[in-house]
Amino acid sequence: MDFLSLTDASRLQFAMTAMFHWIFVPLTLGLGFIIAFMETIYVKTGDEFWKRATKYWMKLFAVNFAIGVATGIILEFEFGTNWSNYSWFVGDIFGAPLAIEGIFAFFMESTFFAIMYFGWDKVSKKAHLVSTWLTAFGTNLSAVWILIANAWMQYPVGMKFNLDTARNEMVDFWAVVSSPVAINKIIHTVANGYTLASVVVIGVCGWYLLKKRNFDFSIKSMKVASIFGLISLLVVIATGDKSAYQVAQIQPMKLAAMEGLYEGRECAPLVAIGILNPDKNIHNEEPPYLFEFSIPYALSYLAGHELNAFVPGINDLLKDFPEKQAKGKLAIKSLQAYTEAKNTGDTANAAIHKTTLEENFKYFGYGYLEKPEDAVPNVPIVFYAFRIMVILGSFFIVFFLINLWLTKKQQYPQWWLMLTILSIPLIYICSQSGWIVAEVGRQPWTIQDLLPVNAAISGNEASNVITTIILFFSLFTVLLIAELKIMFKIIKQGPETIE
Amino acid sequence: MKKTFENIWNFYYEGFTTMSQTGKILWFIIFVKLFIMFAILKVFFFPSELSRYDNDEQKTAAVIHNLTERVIETTPPSLNSN
Repeated sequence: MDFLSLTDASRLQFAMTAMFHWIFVPLTLGLGFIIAFMETIYVKTGDEFWKRATKYWMKLFAVNFAIGVATGIILEFEFGTNWSNYSWFVGDIFGAPLAIEGIFAFFMESTFFAIMYFGWDKVSKKAHLVSTWLTAFGTNLSAVWILIANAWMQYPVGMKFNLDTARNEMVDFWAVVSSPVAINKIIHTVANGYTLASVVVIGVCGWYLLKKRNFDFSIKSMKVASIFGLISLLVVIATGDKSAYQVAQIQPMKLAAMEGLYEGRECAPLVAIGILNPDKNIHNEEPPYLFEFSIPYALSYLAGHELNAFVPGINDLLKDFPEKQAKGKLAIKSLQAYTEAKNTGDTANAAIHKTTLEENFKYFGYGYLEKPEDAVPNVPIVFYAFRIMVILGSFFIVFFLINLWLTKKQQYPQWWLMLTILSIPLIYICSQSGWIVAEVGRQPWTIQDLLPVNAAISGNEASNVITTIILFFSLFTVLLIAELKIMFKIIKQGPETIE
Repeated sequence: MKKTFENIWNFYYEGFTTMSQTGKILWFIIFVKLFIMFAILKVFFFPSELSRYDNDEQKTAAVIHNLTERVIETTPPSLNSN
């Protein structure tokens, strides 16, 4: 099967699994807190309406949780089978956060999950409320550890490469968990989950209102979701701005790809809407865009927090590629020479090669890249995904504001209610686009500058990976259909079925 | 202590036995999914590449071999800049 290389097949499989997993995660993250808010109102006011509302959204939470649970485990299977070099190379740095996630957060959320569902009328109101909040925190805590691991891949800190074991060893746990990239990524991602869940709640309520049923339930649920969604989205935007600044400092190639910026400049404008020139590449002088509408100075401000900041383009960033490639090759060859010297008992030479490797380790991954364009991510995917994310993100600010205003008036035009339903797939597209920007934008690196995808993969047959892709696709499609069918059934039954 | 365990057991027992039809369907889906993942996919399609080695020394040697051989095989001798 020559149409897909082993590297691309492994990437495709991983991307597909991660994107499928991310269908369920953000709704779980956000809906947990929406349920907790509603139950808090119930406990404070004693109004049985809020108990019914809590129980109803809890049902949808359970369906989403049940179908989504363990879909992330497949990613771990893939690490062992398709990405064995990567798995070994990252050592305990990647393993530690995942282990903490598994032991602590998973058990915490599972325990309180049971009380949340089985504990009505069996434990006190307050104990039940505490369980609901802890379930919400538990699911978020799971996400935190995964995001710490992801952030480390984008900004590897707090580790030292051990030549004897070929593994990166954690030397500063605090540096890993408190890295500015990790903190920003955690807040940005979980707030995105809250926004998504809010839009789902609004969309479901919009459907009820369109059907002229459950008016009181829908208005009150919409109010909670609109406020929560708006606040969350403002946090997403604030951390998104911070994220762009961090990307400019740490992963400038990703930022250049996001903008389709080939030649760097000062006072750089941000392309708000544009069509890339498909003939443009790093070797020609073609214009980068067929059409563009730009905001003056915005990219410079975003990247450097100054209107006249210089933003490097793809070609600027590739100027030192030969030097980095040579250092990377030297580092890899030093690892080989060190191992051979150590095996023959030549300690003097081993020490020399060790020093050479340590001096050049920063560029280790460049030794696997054949040509400069190998260091450039897929520009069109990153460029368009970034615009989809930003345009939809901006749309949702207006969406929440208008919905709050209409909720206050308690009058919704029919077209608006239809838009709330349409907004559900739109928020999922927005959320997935964010991940595409983050993950496709960092290609070819599994670990920034240290390990590209072609070195990280195992030596499987591409056909084996393609077979499992087909298997997964079938399994995932069945699971998704099952979830949607159960969800639609519960939504159609409505909150009136809740005792 | 015995009473506490009994209470916990009863809590789960009652919870599961009085579960709604939807809840039962969800548990069924979870079990089928976990069975497919761990008994079929993991066993037949996702063996750990490094598990065929007996110890960490062999795994280290295999990874170092992969990492060092790949650069030599995939990188041409001359540096190609734009």
